[in-house]
Amino acid sequence: MTDLLARPPAADEGGMGYLESLPRKVVVVYIPLAIFIFVLLFPFYWMTVTSFKTNEELHAYKGLQALWIYEPTLENIRFLLFDTEYPRWLWNTMLVTVVSTFLSIFCAVCAAYAIERLRYKGSRTVGMLIFLAYLVPPSILFIPLAIMVFALGIFDSNWALILTYPTILIPFCTWLLMGYFRTIPYELEECALIDGATRLQILVKIVLPLSVPGLISAGIFAFTLSWNEFIYALTFISSAENKTVPVGAITELITFDVYNWGGLMAGAMLGSLPVAILYSFFVEHYVSSMTGAVKE
Amino acid sequence: MAAIGETRPVDQVNFLARLNNNRNLLGLLFMLPAAAILLLFLTYPLGLGIWLGLTDVKVGRPGRFIGLENYAWLFEDHIFWLSVFNTFVYTTAASVIKFALGLWLALLLNRHIPFKAFIRAIVLLPFIVPTVLSALAFWWIYDSQDSVISWILIEAGLLDETIDFLGQPNNARASVIAANIWRGIPFVAITLLAGLQTIPASLYEAATIDGAGEWQRFRHITFPLLTPIIAVVMTFSVLFTFTDFQLIWVMTRGGPINATHLMATLSYQRAIIGGALGEGAAIATAMIPFLLAAILFSYFGLQRRKWQQGGRDD
Repeated sequence: MTDLLARPPAADEGGMGYLESLPRKVVVVYIPLAIFIFVLLFPFYWMTVTSFKTNEELHAYKGLQALWIYEPTLENIRFLLFDTEYPRWLWNTMLVTVVSTFLSIFCAVCAAYAIERLRYKGSRTVGMLIFLAYLVPPSILFIPLAIMVFALGIFDSNWALILTYPTILIPFCTWLLMGYFRTIPYELEECALIDGATRLQILVKIVLPLSVPGLISAGIFAFTLSWNEFIYALTFISSAENKTVPVGAITELITFDVYNWGGLMAGAMLGSLPVAILYSFFVEHYVSSMTGAVKE
Repeated sequence: MAAIGETRPVDQVNFLARLNNNRNLLGLLFMLPAAAILLLFLTYPLGLGIWLGLTDVKVGRPGRFIGLENYAWLFEDHIFWLSVFNTFVYTTAASVIKFALGLWLALLLNRHIPFKAFIRAIVLLPFIVPTVLSALAFWWIYDSQDSVISWILIEAGLLDETIDFLGQPNNARASVIAANIWRGIPFVAITLLAGLQTIPASLYEAATIDGAGEWQRFRHITFPLLTPIIAVVMTFSVLFTFTDFQLIWVMTRGGPINATHLMATLSYQRAIIGGALGEGAAIATAMIPFLLAAILFSYFGLQRRKWQQGGRDD
């Protein structure tokens, strides 16, 4: 399941590629592909270029020079780091994301093991319900959750996000890990049971070490999902110092008389960098979790 | 176990041993953390949301049961119906185009091309970068004065004045749909690519020998074998487009003159900004029937997949 994408389709190498001439391939494959890549990446390029431009250069559209930076400046980054609470938002986002990811992975490991391996009465139904829980969108839960968060006294604190993000993450992680645990041979577990190991020992010493790639996949995906989260953070957090990056960028960096595009784009870029860097290290894991969730 | 038995009272050993052998009890214990969070913060609010839709609760004021009054009120509200209309236009247009372009990109990536892994990695970027932040970039790209698109078109001599992307109702609709498509293509493409890679090359070779052309191979091999995964991917895509909030909220906040208000953004505006929690909850609840339809569609898609691939029918 997981190495499907990592493994190049062997048959394709020798396959029927030779039937296609190079000029035809350029028109049919390379040009459309180049356009796709250009369109998909252009917003990032524009975001980055804008964040290093001075304000004067930003509005001076002359000839082709607007596509590049002629007087690079770090003023926008300086503005973000020292004149706004951006570092604080980065820290909040990091904290909330890491804690809710680990909490979700812990819950998901236990649940997935119970559903897939203990096979208690009704585990099938519970597995299906967990899949359905994944399909419940935050946009229909934020109003009742806001009332609950207020009643619990955790409104406008990191706890509001740490406790609600797992509702998005646990169903996904459980579903993914169920698929992963299914690939581990029963025999290993039976041997350990005969040798007198408890279920907890089996989980910690046999199943978990064998499913490290699955755990990483689930972890990376959960990390990006909660870094991405917006509507809960927008609703449950009100004071500037408790905001996450997406919410802070929208509510605090936009002043409605003059748009500070440089600063805004620098904020968008800096906020995207952590996930982009993490993603670049774990591309395969990320892809396998994304496709795994759909295919299971 | 013997070592434990010597140091602990007998009945505790029995309890631990029983627990270890009772799968139902142990299963319950293992399910506890996940179940606690999901029941408390997902199932309960789901029910609470439906209940709130039947009350007139406002921010700072407990509500009382008013039956279907919110819905009767919404039924007369043309802004609500406009948001329903917008949601359908948004979901349909975005999903269809996302599917077409995503499938095309998947087919391109499934060819033998250099730097395949690298290209696949960068193609996914729009999907992993926080939507709000890429929506900000789009907001800037769509700026009414300094839009880079207008500027390039003017430079190329194709246009005389800047395009008002987000200021005119239909322009705004098209612009937010384009941004949604941009964000959704990678997900569709990469998941469909995973499906494409499971199709054995020998099928294509056999078909080619039998004289099948490119279109016939696509129509009679690729498409049928891909149908199950298409069903699932598109269900996810439709579901998340239908309930979208982030892109709209960043770029237009529902404007101009409510032309881009989706049900989710209208619900946020009425409930959190306007303070009418009950009414907002009613709008959110009104989305549930459509979501259920999408989930049922997905369920039958999954069913079909199992017998097609000879898997267990469970």
